[in-house]
Amino acid sequence: MRCLKSKQCSSFITLRFLILSFVLFIVSSTAQAAETIKVGILHSLSGTMAISETSLKDVALMAIEEINAKGGLLGKKLEPVVVDPASNWPLFAEKARELIQKHKVSVTFGCWTSVSRKSVLPVFEELNGLLFYPVQYEGEESSYNVFYTGAAPNQQAIPAVEYLMSEDGGGAKRWVLLGTDYVYPRTTNKILNYFLKSKGVAKKDIMETYTPFGHSDYQTIVANIKKFAAGKPTAVVSTINGDSNVPFYKELGNQGLKAEDIPVVAFSVGEEELRGMDTKPLVGHLAAWNYFMSAKTPENKSFIKKWKAYVKKHKLPGGSKRVTNDPMEATYIGIKMWAQAVQQAGTTNIDAVRQAIGGQTVQSPSGFKITMDAANHHLHKPVVIGEIQEDGQFEVVWKTKGPIRAQAWSPFIPESAKKVADWTYPWVCGNCEKAKF
Amino acid sequence: MKKDGTLHKYQRLKTNLKNRKPFLRFLGLFLFLAVGLFPLSLVEANDLDSALRGLGNKSRAKLKVAVKRLGDIGNPAALPALVALKNKRLQVSEDGALIIIDESGDHGHDALSGKQVDIKSLDLSKPRINNSVRRVLSVAIGKIQLTSDDPEVRLGAARELLKRPSSDLVVLVEKSLNEESDDKVREIFFLVLAKEGLNSDDKEKRLQSLEVIAKYGNNDFKTDLEALVDKNEKGEYLENDPEIRKTASKAISSLERRQFFINQAANFFYGLSLGSILLLAALGLAITFGLMGVINMAHGEMLMIGAYSTFVVQNIFKEYLPEFFDWYLIPAIPIAFTVSAVIGIILERTIIRHLYGRPLETLLATWGISLVLIQSIRLIFGAQNVEVANPYYLSGGVEVMNGVVFPYSRIVIIIFVVFVVAAVWALLQKTSLGLQVRAVTQNREMASCMGISTHKVDMYTFGLGSGVAGLGGLALSQIGNVGPELGQLYIVDSFMVVVLGGVGKIVGTVAGALGLGFINKFLEPVAGAVLGKIMVLVIVIVLIQKRPQGLFALKGRMADN
Repeated sequence: MRCLKSKQCSSFITLRFLILSFVLFIVSSTAQAAETIKVGILHSLSGTMAISETSLKDVALMAIEEINAKGGLLGKKLEPVVVDPASNWPLFAEKARELIQKHKVSVTFGCWTSVSRKSVLPVFEELNGLLFYPVQYEGEESSYNVFYTGAAPNQQAIPAVEYLMSEDGGGAKRWVLLGTDYVYPRTTNKILNYFLKSKGVAKKDIMETYTPFGHSDYQTIVANIKKFAAGKPTAVVSTINGDSNVPFYKELGNQGLKAEDIPVVAFSVGEEELRGMDTKPLVGHLAAWNYFMSAKTPENKSFIKKWKAYVKKHKLPGGSKRVTNDPMEATYIGIKMWAQAVQQAGTTNIDAVRQAIGGQTVQSPSGFKITMDAANHHLHKPVVIGEIQEDGQFEVVWKTKGPIRAQAWSPFIPESAKKVADWTYPWVCGNCEKAKF
Repeated sequence: MKKDGTLHKYQRLKTNLKNRKPFLRFLGLFLFLAVGLFPLSLVEANDLDSALRGLGNKSRAKLKVAVKRLGDIGNPAALPALVALKNKRLQVSEDGALIIIDESGDHGHDALSGKQVDIKSLDLSKPRINNSVRRVLSVAIGKIQLTSDDPEVRLGAARELLKRPSSDLVVLVEKSLNEESDDKVREIFFLVLAKEGLNSDDKEKRLQSLEVIAKYGNNDFKTDLEALVDKNEKGEYLENDPEIRKTASKAISSLERRQFFINQAANFFYGLSLGSILLLAALGLAITFGLMGVINMAHGEMLMIGAYSTFVVQNIFKEYLPEFFDWYLIPAIPIAFTVSAVIGIILERTIIRHLYGRPLETLLATWGISLVLIQSIRLIFGAQNVEVANPYYLSGGVEVMNGVVFPYSRIVIIIFVVFVVAAVWALLQKTSLGLQVRAVTQNREMASCMGISTHKVDMYTFGLGSGVAGLGGLALSQIGNVGPELGQLYIVDSFMVVVLGGVGKIVGTVAGALGLGFINKFLEPVAGAVLGKIMVLVIVIVLIQKRPQGLFALKGRMADN
């Protein structure tokens, strides 16, 4: 032994111990990596978006637990890697990089706001990752590395407006496009503006209004809607996001605007958002989605049962009051599809899995056989319009006969009408006007 | 109480006759002329019964037909069923019987026979109505209510009918007009007729209609009038008669003049309301920051704690005192005040008192406290917003002018803020504690020399400021969200109000809040919400440049330092 002084000796031993444990750690972690398939979950668990995104993380973990209970995939268990981008858009990109490079995840489920998706997009494209995006969005995008399981505008906004134009929906002639001031409402309203124009609605019959994030005083806006609506049947299309919905609907109720006179159709209000609201003044107003918790199908019954059991087992906050909603269903469908594709491809190799996902079908809780479009990476989805009830659930007033195909690029905006999203041969492109090959 | 079927039918006939005096007269005439009462009412009753049965229809189209027919029959006996259908309290049993569920939801009676039924033993389903059914329902209910004894009910019904005029309505309205004595209701009737009269072939009638609209009409008629003066693509007038065009444009300008004043009055109220809310949010800060000089970043969280205290009181009432649920706000006032005040005092004793005179450290420490408070609320109540219901007396509003509704909740908040400001003012100006507070804020050493325990005064003042913020939170819970981030929304506005008004003066805070409210609400219709907010900030920056001490400055040597 070279170390004579006990102090030196002990430090040497500590060092050796450290090195040894480090080596052991590396060995064990690589060994573990060989045994499991890592799945990244990229949802904000703190900050302003935590309200909506926490449930998506929970439902993703539930789906993974379900797959593991059946023995996992390819003989391996799935291992979820949950990171928290904290409602901070640049942090989304950093965390995405961490998931792909450090954790080497096979797939990532995540993002809610469009701005967070736009922030991680370059990372997934650069590192050839695979992202499932589960929320309805404004379209005008198709990426080789992203699968969109939420609705494109033609699977939500356009049918909702068509319904309000119909006799049953009130035959609206004037339109208020009301939204929070950011990319999703602005783009959606741009599409709707062109769409309404194509339906012969004059410019003076469209009122477009935006409010800042967190706006809480809707007195003037509601009074303006009232004035604008005078004389012609009017409908309000609301892309108001999150928290501002409560003061908006409260003001509507207090100023005596009834759903039968001026219906409001919302694109961002679901069961989860209604949990924090006094729903009495909202009854009769509408929301357009692809799934409602009130869907009466055996698939939905078992989906809700699984969710309730999961909430109870893991003692999640909210307990028995927890609900399911559209983005949760989309997350669940996404994980199921990915799992099927991995089984079919026989590997988790991203290129092989991507090839296998196109054309996968899943029997969804909404009661339809849902297909992933191989060409534009979007789901074929049914559209349902529901009326808000006093218990915070929706009653379906209109729905499509079957799933409809998403239009990644809106045909109503002249500059994007020419673009094609098609990832199959000979196009192999997300935003081209001509085929590549 | 179990009612006999025949007895109920008799009662229905009685109420039927009582409610419909005009109809009774009409009926009496018939009676004298030829036909007996009995066969006529029998025929009508049969018709009514079959139409009522139609309300249980599964198909919405057939349901609408049934509702329309009930409206045309106009028998008040159908009213309970129609209203129940609208409120989703009408249900259909398996054998097609219509059951009206009462408000409590525990009991029900048959809509046709009036017999009490045990709703638990039946397999009931709700007819599925949507907005298009509701529109038809409103018209049918309006038509029946036109014959009510209560002029208020008739007025509401007439207004409902004015929204959706139709040619068959004209006959009904003309008939009712002769028997109507209430001027307000007559006014609406005239408008209904005028709206239809615009499309008439008779020029005289159209001119008359225009006159009526110019006299009584509101914004709702603008579209109809504008159609009369519009040109088509080739530049030709759509309306051929120049006299009609001239009268129509006159009517438009008279409508616009009236609308202008209404708009200004409405903006004034909106400004007052926004100002009162800003004032409630900022008043607590005016005490902790304005008087004590503590840059209190945790002020917003005191608002939030007040709102959550209200939520807890509401839940306790829901659980243990459901019969007094609507009055939960009264005990919530002292509780919200006390909870926030106690938390404020704890913070002052443990943290803030060690930082007096060190503004930067105070800023950081209070900001840290605010994060801790937000996260603790998240842990206790969850990240989700919680639901604070408006009691019935705070829902809805009063229509003061045509189309301008002042919500009760906002009116009550304005009254509430007057009380709170008066109480704070009285406390500071009229009590010995207030005197000590003012003495300490003006010259701490001197006050201490005079035997005032400055530590105690600091503690009370901070508690008062936090408590008042708690009251602000209670008021905010009635108009907006209650969530962990509630305070973050108001903290910037609160500082703006206090700094703009002048630090250290309650009256400055009042002026600052109302000023900001008015500027905001008069700018918003012109500039829109986003640009309006930016313009308000620019105005505040300019004002502070010109008057760094704020609108109302402290005078004296202390202020000069």
